[in-house]
Amino acid sequence: MSETFDLVVIGAGPAGLAAAAQAAELGLSAVVVDEQPEPGGQIYRAVERATKGPAAAALGADYAHGRQVVEAFRRSGAAYRPGLQVWQVEPSGEVLASDGQRSVAFAGRRALVAVGATERPVPIPGWTLPGVMGVGAGQILLKSSGMVPAGETWVVGSGPLPLLYMQQIIAAGGRIAGYIDTTPAANGFLAAPHLSAALRNLPYLRKGLKLRGALRRSGIPGHRADAVEAAGDGRVERVRFRSGGTWHEKPCDLLLLHEGVVPNVHVTMAIGCAHEWDERQECFRPRLDEWGCTDIAAILVAGDCGGIEGARAAEARGRLVALGAAASLGRIDDATRDRMARPLRRELRRHLPIRPFLDTLFRPRRGLTAPADAVIACRCESVTAGQVRETVRIGAVGPNQAKSFIRCGMGPCQGRMCGLTVTGIIAEATGRTPAEVGFFRIRPPLKPLTLGELAALGEDSGT
Amino acid sequence: MFRKLPDPACATVAVTVDGQAMRVATHETAASAALLAAMGATRTSPVNGEPRAPFCMMGVCYDCLMVIDGVPSRQACLVPVRDGMRIERQAGARALAFGSAETADV
Repeated sequence: MSETFDLVVIGAGPAGLAAAAQAAELGLSAVVVDEQPEPGGQIYRAVERATKGPAAAALGADYAHGRQVVEAFRRSGAAYRPGLQVWQVEPSGEVLASDGQRSVAFAGRRALVAVGATERPVPIPGWTLPGVMGVGAGQILLKSSGMVPAGETWVVGSGPLPLLYMQQIIAAGGRIAGYIDTTPAANGFLAAPHLSAALRNLPYLRKGLKLRGALRRSGIPGHRADAVEAAGDGRVERVRFRSGGTWHEKPCDLLLLHEGVVPNVHVTMAIGCAHEWDERQECFRPRLDEWGCTDIAAILVAGDCGGIEGARAAEARGRLVALGAAASLGRIDDATRDRMARPLRRELRRHLPIRPFLDTLFRPRRGLTAPADAVIACRCESVTAGQVRETVRIGAVGPNQAKSFIRCGMGPCQGRMCGLTVTGIIAEATGRTPAEVGFFRIRPPLKPLTLGELAALGEDSGT
Repeated sequence: MFRKLPDPACATVAVTVDGQAMRVATHETAASAALLAAMGATRTSPVNGEPRAPFCMMGVCYDCLMVIDGVPSRQACLVPVRDGMRIERQAGARALAFGSAETADV
């Protein structure tokens, strides 16, 4: 049995919550399906209770804004189904999701994919050792569990998130042993031409400068490095980094990595939506029109899974997509849609001009996605970069052949952790662009599923 | 690796992590409980036996697969704790329990 909704939203981050709230306000029936137990997505994770918890002050005002987003959603009357993993989305808009025991189906006149971003894979030597995690993972533990690092903690990488996380940890009374900045020194030069546009987003720039100031005052030792390795026996014990041509080694109990975030494209790729390579953000993203429509009529996209724009822009995108859906379903006329869209487009113009500057300033270092032969590219199947290169030597022309030769991307994460690396390695080895090489073909189910569950679905629905 | 910020008002439940009894906050996940128990590896790779532990904490990487209440290959970072929950390290590939549809992956 499937429940029918005008709009089935996948993901309870700012884009999905804002879209569902807007849709409900326009009289559409809407449901948000999400795999977490609480609304907010990763950016506003646990915001309903964390704004009262022990880390509240440290998490800051940008995070606390998420409470308004969640409250507006709660008030809107849109349905909410947490704790469900979406494993299949049909081009018709039907969404199949599992709670781990049984599956439920939602028939959407429109399905909105709002599954956000994931941290860009950071394949360095030793990154599979226990004690090596994403900076995003560390921040999730702070938001959802009030946890701060203990012991010798090193933060490695580039982008606003490591700076924000370290500032939050210091404010919460935690300690960071050191920061290894992997941002290429030349990026500052390259980003300079985008600075004048970025000045239109002065509050963002001020926040960035404040973060850097807070970091300097915190006394956390900073190093700039162009290569980093984790080492240890059974768990991370040391971090090694190359700074100014010299290798350094420090004791380390927790190593947190971050090289920016990329759109989570697995859902739209599995549906078969057209995607393109974003040269500036170095990632694939679905091709969208100004109302978040993909090339498949029933499938819509909002937020960072359509290209990295940040949480505030995601909220506006979510509302815009809901307006577009309402118009295409005949619930509002085009003139009403356009009138209601105007303040949202103004809102977008307040958040987007800084993006080219940020994307260029924090562009990942060259070689990140094509690491040395011994480095593990695919964590699930323990496939090294060298093994991927070997498939190219024996004739693999793209990621899908490499996958069938050596199983990279075939484990439970289905290429979420290695997809961009495998594309990067093959692009480098064949002298083609990532756009030409392409990505793994993503097949259903999007999440591992038991046979029993699949069989029970047939019994329930009679299909 | 991690410690909790003091939160005296926080309600707790009893769980075991690899046999070790502990009380954790009601809002922990099996993975955050395992991190607090400082158990190091939470599973070993089915491919080569390498130790692994939670990496992304958001359901993407599948490195936190554990045996929870006897069910193998659960994504520990997505499973909220419950009173009496048994959270155990997973060794290599999970066994196929023939006759039980629950544990057969497609």
